[in-house]
Amino acid sequence: MQPFNYHRPTELADVVKILANSEDPKLLAGGMTLLPTLKQRLAAPSDLIDLSRIPNLQGICEDKNEIIIGAMTCHADVAASDMVRAFCPALADLAGQIGDPAVRHRGTIGGSVANADPAADYPAAVLGLNATIETNQRRIKNDDFFTGLFETALEPGEIITALRFPRPKRAQYQKFRHPASGYAVVGVMVAQFDAKARMAITGAGPNAFRPHAFEEALTGSFTAKAIEGLTLDPDELLSDMHASAAYRAHVALVLAKRAIGLIS
Amino acid sequence: MGQYGIGQPVRRKEDVRLLTGKGRYTDDIHFDGQLWAAFFRSPHAHAKIKSIDSAAALSVAGVRHVFTGEDMRKGGMKPLVADINFTDRKGNKMYKPVRHILPSDRACYVGEPLVMVLADSAEAARAGAELIEIDFETLPNITSTAKAAEPDAYVLHPEHGSNIAVHWENSAPDEVDALIAQAPHKVKIHLVNNRLIVAPMEPRCAVATYDAKEDVITLYSPTQGVRPAQAGFAGLLGIDKKKLRVISLDVGGGFGIRSKRYPETAAVAWAAKHINQPVKWRGDRSETFVSDHHGRDQVNDAVMGLDKNGRVIALRLETIVNVGAYSGDNGPRLPIDGGGRIIPCGYDIEKFYFSVKPVYTNTVPTDTYRGAGRPEANYIMERLMDAAAEECGLTRDEIRRRNLIPLSKMPYRTQMNFVYDSGDFIGTMDKTLELADWKGFASRRKETEKRGKLRGIGLASFVEQAGGRPTEEMRVKFDENGKATVFSGTFSHGQGHETVYAQMVNDYLGVPFDQIDFVQGDTDTTPPGGVGTFGSRSSMMGGVAIKRSCGQIIMKGKKIAAHLLQADPAAVTFENGLFRVGVSSISIQDVARAASDPAKLPEGVTPGLDESNLFEREPDLNNFPNGCHICEVEVDPELGTIEIVKYTALDDCGVVLNPLIVHGQVYGGVAQGIGQALTEDAIYDAESGQLLAGSFMDYGMPRAHHLSMIEAHFTDDQPCKTNDLGVKGAGEAGACGAPPAFVSAVCDALTPYGVKHIDMPLTPERVWTAIQQAKAHKAA
Ligand SMILES: Cc1cc2nc3c(=O)[nH]c(=O)nc-3n(C[C@H](O)[C@H](O)[C@H](O)COP(=O)(O)OP(=O)(O)OC[C@H]3O[C@@H](n4cnc5c(N)ncnc54)[C@H](O)[C@@H]3O)c2cc1C
Repeated sequence: MQPFNYHRPTELADVVKILANSEDPKLLAGGMTLLPTLKQRLAAPSDLIDLSRIPNLQGICEDKNEIIIGAMTCHADVAASDMVRAFCPALADLAGQIGDPAVRHRGTIGGSVANADPAADYPAAVLGLNATIETNQRRIKNDDFFTGLFETALEPGEIITALRFPRPKRAQYQKFRHPASGYAVVGVMVAQFDAKARMAITGAGPNAFRPHAFEEALTGSFTAKAIEGLTLDPDELLSDMHASAAYRAHVALVLAKRAIGLIS
Repeated sequence: MGQYGIGQPVRRKEDVRLLTGKGRYTDDIHFDGQLWAAFFRSPHAHAKIKSIDSAAALSVAGVRHVFTGEDMRKGGMKPLVADINFTDRKGNKMYKPVRHILPSDRACYVGEPLVMVLADSAEAARAGAELIEIDFETLPNITSTAKAAEPDAYVLHPEHGSNIAVHWENSAPDEVDALIAQAPHKVKIHLVNNRLIVAPMEPRCAVATYDAKEDVITLYSPTQGVRPAQAGFAGLLGIDKKKLRVISLDVGGGFGIRSKRYPETAAVAWAAKHINQPVKWRGDRSETFVSDHHGRDQVNDAVMGLDKNGRVIALRLETIVNVGAYSGDNGPRLPIDGGGRIIPCGYDIEKFYFSVKPVYTNTVPTDTYRGAGRPEANYIMERLMDAAAEECGLTRDEIRRRNLIPLSKMPYRTQMNFVYDSGDFIGTMDKTLELADWKGFASRRKETEKRGKLRGIGLASFVEQAGGRPTEEMRVKFDENGKATVFSGTFSHGQGHETVYAQMVNDYLGVPFDQIDFVQGDTDTTPPGGVGTFGSRSSMMGGVAIKRSCGQIIMKGKKIAAHLLQADPAAVTFENGLFRVGVSSISIQDVARAASDPAKLPEGVTPGLDESNLFEREPDLNNFPNGCHICEVEVDPELGTIEIVKYTALDDCGVVLNPLIVHGQVYGGVAQGIGQALTEDAIYDAESGQLLAGSFMDYGMPRAHHLSMIEAHFTDDQPCKTNDLGVKGAGEAGACGAPPAFVSAVCDALTPYGVKHIDMPLTPERVWTAIQQAKAHKAA
């Protein structure tokens, strides 16, 4: 790890200032992804800005028909939150399946979403549950957020402050864990809202995505039978030493049916 | 005998220290003024080195020295040449490429250390290493085990003209081939025994200092025995072994690979002397992946002929073992006269042809890893027996019953010239079938099927071979306060010797358990004939030497006691720590106290109660732990995922000195066996030759939840007949039993689809693919 300046501001405004005045700054949330890259000398930022002392980024609250989760809320807190569980059990379940206990107590929802790892779990919730990403500058719709492998619509210096999730009628998340890392080889979120059904798949593609044909079928009838015969095109999916694209396509279908089966 | 005696489940003495962070590892050693080492490693699988430029590295603040292998060679460093020699049937010798410590002409695998940078801090050393500029000319590479043996394969060491180091055979194949050709039943298998990352918890580390006045290098490093390390590294450094002191503190796992000579360690020791300054290198986890020796990596082809009754007539076996870029200290030996010499394991097979081709490839050298050839051998035999059961229409237990060596044939001389002294292989299997409720499986299967899953059961009967090198020395010494200390030639790197040896001394000499100290791991104090710990040898070698040392102590103690009690030495008896004559008695600790005072000794008796024993066994009198493991799994046929739902192990490791510790050994061995069979796979990219599974984010270690149902039992009615203690090895049995039992269980679960075999690791995708292929095959 190379030397860097460490900052731990208590106001968001200070974060913005430090960002503007540093040569090559990086925001530090739980550090679960960032610190290993520093240790392996894959990144060498000039300044690390620790977000852990900024009160506005913490905590979970309900507002009308939305639940708002502060960017610095760790996965374990989301998993254990009665409010989240009452609002959308699938979201709490998803958070509880991330990595291992140590990772869940350090890793944050903001860090996870900002990082946009193709195998991360939260992106399936963000898309599948129709969330809004709130930053210090604007609100970004979920469909506009994930733009590619580890890429998002965040501008340089833009800070995620919270995630806003609308209340689904019902939802389910199913995950196929990576044997080593625990990340999602495939993760599928299905959700039924008043007007429409949504489905999102993470792990399988370069970033999480919504298979629209499946959503249409499920909007017509929210049953496993409705998606019978639908397939995913392996050409658009990832292939690696743990799972070929064809296998990922298959697993996604099985998980989708199981998720629907569990709630319909 | 007694609460702390032999056979008691005594809790490990060392655990309080180790579990409360008081262990002391090599990385805890620091010296004033030490420089930190970092290594520039080859980014290429195979490349010519045209030039090395260290100017940029030397310009980094804090960087003090850069050394290449060329510098080291000029400074006396010798190449690493394995002490392995085999010939083929025509008498041609095995080819051993010269392995230079930090080669300056060619890099032969990704991660090979090429240049050493020394700096004031670890960070500066790394920064310097990153700036080493090497002009490489990349060359083609070969990493695949099977392909390396093909006649048109790319050849890694052109001077030899082939990747095959030697084609070793036990005999000509003709007779076996003819017998198989005529056999009523034939089975044929092709197996890949996957390459593994060994991954001890403690990454490699080395610290060295130099005493210029005495011209002695002191090297701290995790090993499995300081004496072989001393001889090995002194050889590399080109110095007398008296000029090298080796110290191993606590070691976080050895598994075979910590007993080997590594270039980085030699380089650190060399540099400390060369610059007359302490040098430290702390390898990180990533370096552990690309530079520690790997394990396994074989391809096996076997054909077996059986008669009408399912009795084996003859067996033909061809093994290719991938030994990596150079020969490690043991790599090519493993299938031949290393652990693999156990083949054909527990089976009574009269005609056997065996061929082994060690191949060189652009990969990290492979070497001993828990089992060191025995897991591979047993896997071959067990997969063959499963295939034979199906071919002959017999159950899997019946085919084994008909072919296992019966108790009545003990002692039994094997094809490869071992003599099994004891072991009731059939009885052990039958007992295991009962313990695992083999008969009740059908109803458990029905219950599983109701839940939409498949259930399978598999068994493995295995034989192991323990002992390693045939000598070991231990010393038991009393101090003037009556406290006893064991100076150990073996080396505990997690096995619990501190506890077990104290149990033995407690049992033999009656010294209270907490008054027995343990010293190991320093060439200044380790008995000269010390060897170390590997090959499940410590109790059968070190244990016997302790027992004999204790016997010597009693003999001498009797003389002293007789003198003190004014009696005839022949009348003195010894029991429970007391020397007795009639109604008088004196404790061994009082005798020890008296022994330190020459005035209290009879004439001709030297002061002190301090005895060593160099135990030497007949080289081929290893012992043969064996057992039967039964595994039960549930398979999700839609996803191909597997869950182990029941695991029953019955091990014959002879007399059990401490059941708690031996259980731990069985659990650990099973965990490593299941890891190999379920998740672990050290894959190299076929094109680039890069190690794909280069971190724990990609390399799947087994987890606690995979293994929560292991039930371990012992059978102790077959004590070993060739050592004083009746013990057999216990450390590696689990790794032998688990892979075949597990694979057999999964294939059994997949019988509805007719799947016969899946290569390890049985990843969900492999299981799913096998099901898809079997379905397609049926449909066609
Ligand atoms: C062993 C292991 C297993 C894991 N398993 C899983 C798993 O199963 N599923 C899963 O989904 N994830 C998994 N993770 C990832 C983990 O859950 C974290 O979510 C992830 O590492 C990022 O969160 P963090 O809070 O640690 O962010 P950091 O590592 O601190 O930051 C990550 C990136 O996001 C940026 N960033 C952080 N916060 C903000 C913000 N508020 N606004 C803008 N940018 C920001 C940082 O600058 C950095 O670039 C695993 C990680 C590890 C180490």
